[in-house]
Amino acid sequence: MQNINTGDTAFILICAAMVMFMTPGLALFYGGMVRTKNVLGTIMQSFIILGIINLLWMLFGYSLAFGPDKFGLIGDLSYIGLKGVGMAPNAAYAPTIPHEAFMIFQAMFAIITPALITGAFAERMKFSSFLAFTIAWFIIVYLPVAHWVWGNGGWLRNLGVLDFAGGLVVHASSGAAALAAAIFTGRRRGFGAEPIIPHNIPLTIIGTGILWFGWFGFNAGSALAAGGLATNAFVTTHIAATAATVSWVVVEWLKGGKPTTLGAATGAIAGLATITPAAGYVSPTAAILIGLAAGIVCYYAISLKFKFGYDDSLDVVGVHGVGGILGTLSAGLFASAAINGAAGNGLFFGNPSLLWKQALGVFVVVGFSFIASMVIFKIVDKLIGVRVDEEDEITGLDLSQHSEVGYDLSGLGGSAGGFVTSGAFDVHPSSQVSTASTETP
Amino acid sequence: MKKIEAIVKPFKLDEVKDALSGIGIKGLTVSEVQGFGRQKGHTEVYRGAEYTVDFVPKVKLEVLVEDNLAAQVVDTIMDAAKTGKIGDGKIFVIPVEDAIRIRTNERGNDAI
Repeated sequence: MQNINTGDTAFILICAAMVMFMTPGLALFYGGMVRTKNVLGTIMQSFIILGIINLLWMLFGYSLAFGPDKFGLIGDLSYIGLKGVGMAPNAAYAPTIPHEAFMIFQAMFAIITPALITGAFAERMKFSSFLAFTIAWFIIVYLPVAHWVWGNGGWLRNLGVLDFAGGLVVHASSGAAALAAAIFTGRRRGFGAEPIIPHNIPLTIIGTGILWFGWFGFNAGSALAAGGLATNAFVTTHIAATAATVSWVVVEWLKGGKPTTLGAATGAIAGLATITPAAGYVSPTAAILIGLAAGIVCYYAISLKFKFGYDDSLDVVGVHGVGGILGTLSAGLFASAAINGAAGNGLFFGNPSLLWKQALGVFVVVGFSFIASMVIFKIVDKLIGVRVDEEDEITGLDLSQHSEVGYDLSGLGGSAGGFVTSGAFDVHPSSQVSTASTETP
Repeated sequence: MKKIEAIVKPFKLDEVKDALSGIGIKGLTVSEVQGFGRQKGHTEVYRGAEYTVDFVPKVKLEVLVEDNLAAQVVDTIMDAAKTGKIGDGKIFVIPVEDAIRIRTNERGNDAI
């Protein structure tokens, strides 16, 4: 193991843990924006993905995304069940850390990407059909796209398309799927007619903080080594997030509204999503411009849903889709060989061809993800039905899908009902009664 | 006996309570309620989308008094809860058939 660099390994393992933390963070970010009756249903969608997608990743996902290339389209099954993914480095991806460290870092990206989509169909999808869609999307869209863009031998990577940390693979792909989801599942009952408003914005702010923190692992970790490039990605990430926070709030204020907390948080996420594909290719100065643009462009992008009438409930298209596309194109404008020699220059440094490659990457990934997502939705709908029925939607996902509620603020502490035992919860009432009776004088 | 129900602005609750204590009222019930009247609701904005919220939060007080005190209680609540602006609330006076103190079985005025 003479090639292993302990500093790099420590860095990537910590970054992997930080990226893992983003998925529960996303659960809170989304959970705060839905109505009280859907808070757990929304949180659960992200949380269960953490379980299921990770297992699929270990079984075959990693192999299909990063295994030895087949025709530039997909990895083979060499790494099935993590076979051969051990402590020695895989020089094709990260020559100074164990192959296993690269695999677990990438696992966290595979997990959060389908979780991002859940914001588009929030408050109305059956848990079973959500699971079916998510698993199918992960296999049919995420794994091939990750291979095309990041896999050794992937055809977009070979063309020179740049995506430092997932503007295409994570944000544009999930954003395109989100658009398909919003169109296919239809609007929530009452959308555009009655107020459907966030029930707990402080929860969303906690989620934003966790996402922002985790994003340092996401972007800086994508350098796959501790050092200058990771530092540059860390700094550009932070700059873009702050710039977009400010520009979003300024725009909503100038437009005659008030500066809002949810706007500040949304701006931050827009800035983070937008800088993601460019973080390791552009200078801190460019990151300011990219961040400012992200806050303004994404602010206008989220109003499109009212214009076109689709219910992208938590604005996955406007924030992640548009942000991912904007950032991928920004890399084509601002990439500088002085920051990352391996990537070369963008348009503003005399190389217009990179911008065309980036545009091609956007076209391919967005087009593929949108069409494949529509097909998957169609099949899932035929098989088990995508939406909950009217009564369940009005009741809320928490009770109808999970038999629990997020908040008991009644003050009655559940004493207003009886306790029903079942086989799975076979307590012995007799022993409880005898305990109580000894306390009675 | 009369029950006096008053729906007032939430920030006036303390003043109303102190004023009622000042004239010897020994108990009242308070609930947080929502509703609408001549006062319009308000607008909330989330990610640039405006929503109107029709129901305005108010506080409802319920006070049980002997018949001869009802007018004084109404006047006291009016003085304490009035701001002169729209949305100050309403007062209802309702006849009550009986009242019972559960602990002692006292009835009528004795139970107040």
